[in-house]
Amino acid sequence: MKNVKVLGTGCANCRNTIKLIEEVAAAKGAQLALEKVEDLQQIMTYGIMATPGVVIDGTVVHAGGIPARNKVESWF
Amino acid sequence: MSSIPASQPSQPSTPGLGRWVVTILVAAIAWVAAYTHLTDIADALVRLIGLERGTHTAEAVHFFLYDTPKVLLLLIAVVFVMGVVHTFFTPERTRSLLAGRAAIFNYLLAALLGAVTPFCSCSAVPLFIGFLSAGVPLGITLTFLVAAPMIDQIAVVMLAAMFGWKIAALYFGFGIVVAMIAGLVLTRMNLEDHLEDWVRNIQRGVGAASTTQTQPSWPDRFDGAWASVKEIVGRVWPYVMVGIAIGAGIHGYVPADFMAQIMGKDAWWAVPVSVGIGVPMYTNTAGVIPIVEALYGKGAAMGTLLAFMMSVVALSLPEMIILRKALKLKLIAIYASIVATGIILVGYLFNMIL
Repeated sequence: MKNVKVLGTGCANCRNTIKLIEEVAAAKGAQLALEKVEDLQQIMTYGIMATPGVVIDGTVVHAGGIPARNKVESWF
Repeated sequence: MSSIPASQPSQPSTPGLGRWVVTILVAAIAWVAAYTHLTDIADALVRLIGLERGTHTAEAVHFFLYDTPKVLLLLIAVVFVMGVVHTFFTPERTRSLLAGRAAIFNYLLAALLGAVTPFCSCSAVPLFIGFLSAGVPLGITLTFLVAAPMIDQIAVVMLAAMFGWKIAALYFGFGIVVAMIAGLVLTRMNLEDHLEDWVRNIQRGVGAASTTQTQPSWPDRFDGAWASVKEIVGRVWPYVMVGIAIGAGIHGYVPADFMAQIMGKDAWWAVPVSVGIGVPMYTNTAGVIPIVEALYGKGAAMGTLLAFMMSVVALSLPEMIILRKALKLKLIAIYASIVATGIILVGYLFNMIL
C-alpha cells in the first residue's frame, strides 16, 4: 500500500492530478492511501517550487503541472 | 489524454523524434496555409450567410469569423513553442541563476527570466518562498513576480500579429523596465518585516528542494508542449470567444472615431481610468487582445489600450489572494500600487511616442 500525497492549493491542475492518479491506480489495481495537502506551510516543507506536487512514501516525485500519464503509471 | 502515443503503457517513452518532426512539419504547413487565407475564408463565409458587406451586422460577423481562427491559431502556435522553451527554464534552474548578489544586472536577468519561466498564479507562493529560501534577494524575487505575469508571451506574439513588431517590442521592453523598477523600489523600502512570520522562518531554515531532475529528451519536450496546448487552449477558449464577441460588437456597432474622444491621446485621464477598470478584471491575454484590436480601430490611443491590457494581465485579484498567504497586506498593497503606477507611466509614454 503506497502513501500518496498531492500537494496543491486547490487549483484546477491539482484536482486533475488527483483524478489522473486515481484513474491510473484503479486501472492498475494498485492500493493507495491518497491524501490531499492544501495547507501552504505544509506544502512548503517539501521544498517544491511549483504546484501540484506529488509525494510517494515521503519522496517528492513530481512538481509543477499535471504529470504525464506514463509518468504516473511508472509510480505504481 | 489516452489518444497520445506516449500514454500506451507497453512502450513508456519511445514515441520517436522522427514522428514528432513530421507531425510538426505538416502542422506548420497547414497552419501557414490557414493563417494566410483568413480574410478569404471570412469573406466567403459572410457571403455564404447572405450578409451584405458594409452593414453593421455584416461587419461584426466578419470580425468574428476573421478573428476567431486567427486568435486560436496564434494561441496554439505560441503555447506550443513556449511549451518547448519552458522545458529549458525550470523554476529550479531560474532560481540557481538568480541566487546571490543583488546587482542591477540580476534585476534585468530576473525580469527576462520572468518572461520565459513557466508560471501559474497557483504556484506564485511556492515559487516566491522557494526563491527566498535559496538566498534570492527579496527585490529580485519581486521583480520576477512582476515580470512573470506582465510580460506575457501570448501578448507579445499577438501584439506583433495585430499591430506590428514595433509595438510588441515596446511592450516587452517597457514590461522589463517596470518589473525592474518595481523590484528596485521595493528593495529600498526594507520590506522583509512584511513577510508572514512562517515565511521568514522557512527562509532561515534550509528546507531546500531535493528533487533531482533529469534532462528531458526532445520527444518529451514536444509531449509536454502538446499537453500544455491541450490544457491551456482547453481552459482559455471560452474567454477568447467572449473577447472576440465583444470586439466584434465594438467593431460593427460603435461609430468610427467614437473612442478617440474617450480613450484618445487627448483624454489624459483615460490612462488611469483604464488601469482602474483593468485591475479587478480577470481574464487572459488572448481574451483581451480582440477587444484592444477593436477599440484601436475606433480611435483609442495605443498607450491607453496597452495600459488597460497590462493591468488586466499583471494584477489579478485571485493572485493577490494567494500571495496574501505569504505576504502581509501592506506589502501586497505596495506591490500592487507600484506595478499600477508603472503601468500608468508606460501608458502615457506610449501615447507620447506613438
